[in-house]
Amino acid sequence: MVNPIRQGLYDPRQERDSCGMGFVVSVKGEKSNAIIEQGLKILTSLDHRGARGADPRLGDGCGCLIQIPDALFRAWADEQRTNLPPLGNYAVAMCFLPRDEEARSAARERLERLVRIEGQLLLGWRDVPVDPQGLAEAALRQMPVMAQAIVARGPKVRDQDAFERKLLAIRKQTQNPLADLAEKKDLPGLADFYIPSFSSRTLVYKGMLLSEQLGIFYKDLTNPLTVSALAMVHQRFSTNTFPSWRLAHPYRFIAHNGEINTVRGNVNWMNARRRTLESPLLGADLDKMWPLIPHGQSDTASLDNALELLIAGGYPLAHAMMLLVPEAWAGNAQMDPKRRAFYEYHAALMEPWDGPAAIAFTDGRQIGATLDRNGLRPARFCVTDDDLVVMASESGVLPIPEEKIVRKWRLQPGKMLLIDLEQRRIVDDEEVKSNLAEAAPYGDWLRETQFNLKDLPPAAEPKMIAPDDVRRIQKAFGYTREDLKYFLAPMGESGEDPIGSMGTDTPVALLSDKPRLLYDYFKQNFAQVTNPPIDPIRESLVMSLVSMIGPRPNLLGHHAGAHKRLEVSQPILSNEDLEKIRAIHETLDGAFKTVTLDATWPKGGDAQALEAALKRLCWEATEAVLADINLLILSDRSVSQSRTPIPMALATGAVHHHLIRQGLRMQTGLVIETGEAREVHHMCVLAGYGAEAINPWLAFDTIGSITGGDAARAQAAKQKYVKALGKGILKVMSKMGISTYQSYCGAQIFDSIGLGQELVDAYFTGTSVSIGGIGLAQLAEETARRHRCAFAAETGLLDSGGVWAQREGGEAHAWTLDSIANLQHAVRGALPEKYRAFAAEVNDQSRRKLTLRGMLEFKSASEPIAVDEVEPSSAIVKRFVTGAMSFGSISREAHTTLAIAMNRIGGKSNTGEGGEEADRLKPLLNADSRRSAIKQVASARFGVTPEYLVNADEIQIKIAQGAKPGEGGQLPGHKVDRNIAAVRHSIPGVGLISPPPHHDIYSIEDLAQLIFDLRHVNPAARISVKLVSETGVGTVAAGVAKCTADHITISGYEGGTGASPLTSLLNAGLPWEIGLAETQQTLLLNGLRGRVTLQADGGLRTGRDVAIAAILGADEFGFATAPLIAAGCIMMRKCHLNTCPVGIATQDPVLRARFAGTPEQVINYFFFVAEELREIMASLGVRAVDEMVGRVELLRFVQPLDHWKAYGLDLGKLLHQPRFEGPRSSKGWRRRRIGAPIDQALIAELDNAAPAAIERPISNLDRAVGARLSGEIARRHGGSGLPEGSLRAVLTGTAGQSFGAFLARGVTLELIGDANDYAGKGLAGGTLVVRPPEAASREASDNIIVGNTCLYGAIAGEAYFLGVAGERFAVRNSGAVAVVEGAGDHCCEYMTGGTIVVLGDIGRNFAAGMSGGTGYVWDPKKRLQSCLSNAAELSVEPLLDDRDLLALVQRHFELTRSRRAGSLLSNWPRSRSEFVFVVPHEYRRALALLEKQATLVGQSSR
Amino acid sequence: MTNPTGFLTIDRRDRTYRPVNERVSDWSDVVVPLPGNEVRRQAERCMDCGVPFCHSGCPVNNLIPEWNDLVSQEDWRNALDLLHATNNFPEFTGRVCPAPCEAACTLNIDDNPVTIKTIECEIVDRGFAEGWIKPQMAPHGTGKRIAIVGSGPAGLACAQQLARIGHAPTVFEKSDRIGGLLRYGIPDFKLDKMLIDRRIMQMESEGVIFRPNMYIGVDVPVDRLLDDYQLLVLAGGAEQPRDLSVPGRELEGIHWAMDYLTQSNRRVAGLPEAAEPILATGKHVIVIGGGDTGSDCIGTAHRQGAASVTQLEILPEPPFKEAKEFTWPHWPLKLRTSSSQEEGGTREFSIVTTGFREKGGRVAALLCERDGEAAELRADLVLLAMGFTGAWREGAIEQSRVDLSPRNTVETAKPYRTSNPRIFACGDMRRGQSLVVWAIREGRECAAVVHTELG
Repeated sequence: MVNPIRQGLYDPRQERDSCGMGFVVSVKGEKSNAIIEQGLKILTSLDHRGARGADPRLGDGCGCLIQIPDALFRAWADEQRTNLPPLGNYAVAMCFLPRDEEARSAARERLERLVRIEGQLLLGWRDVPVDPQGLAEAALRQMPVMAQAIVARGPKVRDQDAFERKLLAIRKQTQNPLADLAEKKDLPGLADFYIPSFSSRTLVYKGMLLSEQLGIFYKDLTNPLTVSALAMVHQRFSTNTFPSWRLAHPYRFIAHNGEINTVRGNVNWMNARRRTLESPLLGADLDKMWPLIPHGQSDTASLDNALELLIAGGYPLAHAMMLLVPEAWAGNAQMDPKRRAFYEYHAALMEPWDGPAAIAFTDGRQIGATLDRNGLRPARFCVTDDDLVVMASESGVLPIPEEKIVRKWRLQPGKMLLIDLEQRRIVDDEEVKSNLAEAAPYGDWLRETQFNLKDLPPAAEPKMIAPDDVRRIQKAFGYTREDLKYFLAPMGESGEDPIGSMGTDTPVALLSDKPRLLYDYFKQNFAQVTNPPIDPIRESLVMSLVSMIGPRPNLLGHHAGAHKRLEVSQPILSNEDLEKIRAIHETLDGAFKTVTLDATWPKGGDAQALEAALKRLCWEATEAVLADINLLILSDRSVSQSRTPIPMALATGAVHHHLIRQGLRMQTGLVIETGEAREVHHMCVLAGYGAEAINPWLAFDTIGSITGGDAARAQAAKQKYVKALGKGILKVMSKMGISTYQSYCGAQIFDSIGLGQELVDAYFTGTSVSIGGIGLAQLAEETARRHRCAFAAETGLLDSGGVWAQREGGEAHAWTLDSIANLQHAVRGALPEKYRAFAAEVNDQSRRKLTLRGMLEFKSASEPIAVDEVEPSSAIVKRFVTGAMSFGSISREAHTTLAIAMNRIGGKSNTGEGGEEADRLKPLLNADSRRSAIKQVASARFGVTPEYLVNADEIQIKIAQGAKPGEGGQLPGHKVDRNIAAVRHSIPGVGLISPPPHHDIYSIEDLAQLIFDLRHVNPAARISVKLVSETGVGTVAAGVAKCTADHITISGYEGGTGASPLTSLLNAGLPWEIGLAETQQTLLLNGLRGRVTLQADGGLRTGRDVAIAAILGADEFGFATAPLIAAGCIMMRKCHLNTCPVGIATQDPVLRARFAGTPEQVINYFFFVAEELREIMASLGVRAVDEMVGRVELLRFVQPLDHWKAYGLDLGKLLHQPRFEGPRSSKGWRRRRIGAPIDQALIAELDNAAPAAIERPISNLDRAVGARLSGEIARRHGGSGLPEGSLRAVLTGTAGQSFGAFLARGVTLELIGDANDYAGKGLAGGTLVVRPPEAASREASDNIIVGNTCLYGAIAGEAYFLGVAGERFAVRNSGAVAVVEGAGDHCCEYMTGGTIVVLGDIGRNFAAGMSGGTGYVWDPKKRLQSCLSNAAELSVEPLLDDRDLLALVQRHFELTRSRRAGSLLSNWPRSRSEFVFVVPHEYRRALALLEKQATLVGQSSR
Repeated sequence: MTNPTGFLTIDRRDRTYRPVNERVSDWSDVVVPLPGNEVRRQAERCMDCGVPFCHSGCPVNNLIPEWNDLVSQEDWRNALDLLHATNNFPEFTGRVCPAPCEAACTLNIDDNPVTIKTIECEIVDRGFAEGWIKPQMAPHGTGKRIAIVGSGPAGLACAQQLARIGHAPTVFEKSDRIGGLLRYGIPDFKLDKMLIDRRIMQMESEGVIFRPNMYIGVDVPVDRLLDDYQLLVLAGGAEQPRDLSVPGRELEGIHWAMDYLTQSNRRVAGLPEAAEPILATGKHVIVIGGGDTGSDCIGTAHRQGAASVTQLEILPEPPFKEAKEFTWPHWPLKLRTSSSQEEGGTREFSIVTTGFREKGGRVAALLCERDGEAAELRADLVLLAMGFTGAWREGAIEQSRVDLSPRNTVETAKPYRTSNPRIFACGDMRRGQSLVVWAIREGRECAAVVHTELG
């Protein structure tokens, strides 16, 4: 297999990776080969965090970084009779040389020449001894020739640091032009030349190897001469299977677990620094290094490049890491002011590299690790009594006797662990950071140079539009009545981004007949699987909207604060604010100079005129920057009868990228003054393409005009509008996992849909283009149409819009009066002709262009077959499923109707998030079943019990949902009635939040773990993963396939929803056609297609839709809106209001009684669809759906040449057929083998009557212990489990992830040792006890005992942990009780029930989003209050009733012999006064109500 | 939407009719308006549907959810603007339209549609009462002259639209008063003629010239109009009544419904009466035809003091309630009772008239088949209200020589354009007999086409 190039929809830039990493180091700097051996051992212990591709012998790569082993090279030098200078004065370039001989010698020559030019001395080449036996064939075929160039320090180089800088200059100059050279010299192999490391301190051995192969392949690593005091290792999990030796970690300085979400913007900003970057240390060498970060590298490689630049520029290692990955400082009241000043000062230097990231770093002198601000990756470490530090993604990776361990801890969010080998000690986070924070008077500098806009005096009165002109100006910017009704008015009233429901069924902007705003051509990206979205509300402490306006200082200069900075607390500027900026020259003594550039062009102009206007704008921007004007305001204020506004995103992107290309962007700020932007999405697009602040002036004026001239009311509404925008922007950022506006700004987190490649290359450089489309000509025409209409003789009403709800004269919709009526009449009366009328309207897109698939046409077979020869409808409908709609979002009546219908025809219905009522599991008397075959597992884990899971034919992990990918949800308390509360294991009246991420999936290997867990509970179910279409989804899907998922759903953005912000409904994600085609192509390229079943969903309506989905690669088909319409839905789009008049999307008993749908109607619909499909299949000469899947040659693309706007559309990439081997459709499901020895031993005991106990050792490779057992118990005994005390296991060692997951009632697992992440996940009645062995004398409250996200989604049971738990302890617990001796950040987050007792410190953000349950915190130092971020929703009070607490502490003491529990109990009257009781107000109210009802019932029954 | 649960908490309440004994003794409007505050409450019932089925039920695409929303917020002024944005004469449709919008209303799934027609009527009535409705003068005149033949709702809507853009339309009417069937077809108890006069005054101020008593093709040749005007619009209605060819059709006492109604309307308006009055007073009246015109005849006959009134319908009696699962949101076939039918008389279905029996040259009885059996009904006055078969050929159509469709209407291959490039057509004359609301739509759309043609 050759690494595929960009083709069809596949783009290698999308490849993502993640993994496990770790290091081992001798603090005293004692070098040995044993350290390396231990490093390799860590690697094999992390093997399950890596992945294997289609070939099981082919891993995704691993590697090891060590110090330069002097003895090894001295031995080589002796052999070579070469004189090797002392250690430190020579460097080793580890080289991956091309396989092609000619290219290889060219590569060597190039390196040698640059070494010479840069004044260093090449001592020779050492062949790296390797043993390629056992490597997978694909890895072998790609294997480079390994050699090391030994280079001695040149005479003019001052010291080792200077030597390192020279080495960097050499490496950059060698590598950067290779691709060009390869082409020029016609030596394609030359581009493969790669230098994994080139340093006088460190050396990297890595490759396309399995963990156990690394030490065998590189013989050096086992050579006793190879000694090092440190070994940093990494096990990679890549989404693709293409073997790449260079992409293995570690890089030169780092190994990374996670993903850098903002990398596109980070790389842009780095390259924008070209003209502002100067370094006294690097001098002229700096200029030789461009591009500092070459495009097309992985995120980790880019981060490594940035880090090495900072280090070369003179930053200490720790300082550089803090600059790149700062902890959350803006909203942290607990932080030392000096440290906050340090971060604030550096914020102007560099936007954060944001991501879920655990990064291990070393320069050979120091080694350390740091965690992203949200603590989204695990990093556990221990320190031994002989000064060894072992840090890794998991605990237990090295077998170290417990009694030798003096400390077990984990990295906390934003914190750093540093080991200084020169000082021979561990430097803790506090010390590293306070030393750096005090190294310079950052606070003073800030006071002198930092100005906040709100502190500046008011300037001139803002301009106002004459009232008579408002409507014309609004029309010129395309305002519609909907904009006022759905956005500006409600935003001004409530301060919230508005909510809507159901999916979108309007055409993409390109196909619309209306002139649409340029913003509509951008779709927001979102995090799925490889990184998590963030909850911007419950985890607001990591979020920040602070924006720095204006030029940035020299990253490598140390200007000590001479540089003035302008800060705004959020990027939306009022009209008054903008005038302040315009006048800033006066107010800030000339530190800033502004110029307003006119972003309009003469009316009636065509593409050439628009291009000229953009050129003029860019030229003016350059001139201004060169004239030292450092704030540019792009303005469309001068719009008039004679001047048309340039679409503001176009103007912004043009100027931003133009200045980047010129290297001038960092010298100026970019502020946007626009009448066009008004919605959250508009602001985000402008921000994404470089706007540091935005003034939506017409939106403000419009709000002024609709508030009826009341100045105070208008002012309040404008403030609320700004607030709503701020919240909305945070949400959009967070759905991609980005926390700060600074790193969002310029990050281009968008896919374009319908923009032509040329347009994108010129103005939105780097944005993905999947289907081609418009250029300047069409943009000019759209703008001109608006302008003509605005300045026509008769002003008239604003256009209706009709995007959010169908309206006369508005945007076209697929669901219309007629299509709904025809479909409903058809299914009620089984009337085929009515169905045909329905399908004809939906399918005929020659007049109304609605969907991408509408632009595809079947190539009829030369010999069509008779319809009878096609497989029967009854076989086809088995491929149909209904969408995931929760009981909660729709009524029980509607939900069971779908389930019965699907069960009758052999398709599948889906529970959606939120569990299933137990009575539905039993068949009805007439043999109908109301059980949903697909059980969904979503982020809140509502109702996910072993019983639920074992009753599934398919378990679907919902990563994202088409209508609002990357977002969570919320069922407000008033909608949670008795029944919903019961299935969700909560109580009526308590609000239920679904978090944006699965808290056990922050990265691809986490998904593999969750699949592992679920498969253990129910090995008989297919495991499905639901993804949403976006650019790169194919690559994610390949990763998902490698996680051993059996089934992948690709959802289109059109998908419906019960409630979603309008911003997301339309603007996030792509049509399924694109995502499905990309997935099919990528899976084929990876040889993974046969392993998984692919399903398409999101707006499928007719047999034609199904045929096209099949041809683009789908094996199965999901429908949601259409079957609901068959059952009576009339697209009210009122689901979020609980007022569905046909009894579907409501829980109101009065409305539910109106539900008139029947299973027959749903069945009729599906059979109609299948019949239509059969006719199409017959015309194509295809006998079975299987024969059609992936046959793209059956389709052709019809260019819509007659459409004024869409004529440039090109769907060619959708129909691309990559070269592939193997099947093109699913080969069907087969049950996998399950190991689980500990569980098997326990299951064997199940048959014995008496209570049983076993004892076993355990290691971190034993994962999900208890899951298989619990599944088996649920299968045999149902939800109630076993009698208490039936089974008991005592296990010794370190447990792998998901210890005790879904543990059933009656089972006790006692672990002597410690556990990794997710212990007690989904706990379902069992008991967990984890304690260190008695031999370990460590203080429990200072040592970690269980990892992150323990008791996630727990429903019942008990857990006692003698030690501290990691972050997010008991997240979304709904019923378990637990005692722990300390907990990390976000403890009790989203909790809805249960009781948590913490006998020690808690981290920040305690009880965020907690709506139910109770917490007891032992808080003698009264710190709790500062750990709360939603204090208003909680009652925090002294203890009144201590019975529950006392019982729990006593039990904890009994089970763990906790010293702290013992001492608390010994003086209980005093201890109890030191406890604080935490309960949400909402929960207490609901409980009181329940009690009252119970009393009433009790009385009446008497 | 101010009240998302309005449809659950507020019961439908609509306008009622005055008591029968009271209303049959005068010619005033039979309807009792709702108090304005109640209309506002009723507007709260609108659910602002995602797919506004009411829109599609409405030929003029009234922006129903939007003005309902404004009314619920008591923003009558803006509601009026939105209403007028699609409908020139809501005061007519608010009274005489059968309201297909209400049939299509989502709440009609449960037989409780929003009282759309009442709300519409209240908005415009209030607009007049408050003095908000003023002439909308075009800022500049274009100097382009258009002749419009026919002053019914189509011609009026067309003229108003053209005048407001700045063109100069002249409306020709063969009768002595402007309004077409609005004027002489619909009785006062359903449509007070003051409403027409008020609109005419507004339109005159906007620049529309009205020329009554000008029968184009009879009094004035079409070529003359084509000489004097840039373009000609035919909006003359579909006034050719469907006849009944049975023995005795020629007898005294058998009349066209429209002749009867016109006379009555003139009499009520105090205009000179025809030489031979057709009166129902003291007579046994039979109305053949079950449509709106038939109903108007019944109401008129009651008020004239008929001895008995019988209405015959050739079709079988429709069901009392429609099969909603197969009809909604379309206009359902079901038994409807108009205010006039409510006032008395009998309705018979599946009646095929076979002839008339005479007594002294006058009709004495109607012969028919009822359930396959011959029957005889006493009749002193028989009114034929069986619909219309197309436009009068005499006059404008004949002289303009435009092509006709098989349905006897003016053929327009492209919308509103006849076979003569300078002649346009709209309203019933183009689409055949229909509702007032369709006529308004046609007039508006025709005006837009004419405007494009004029450049």
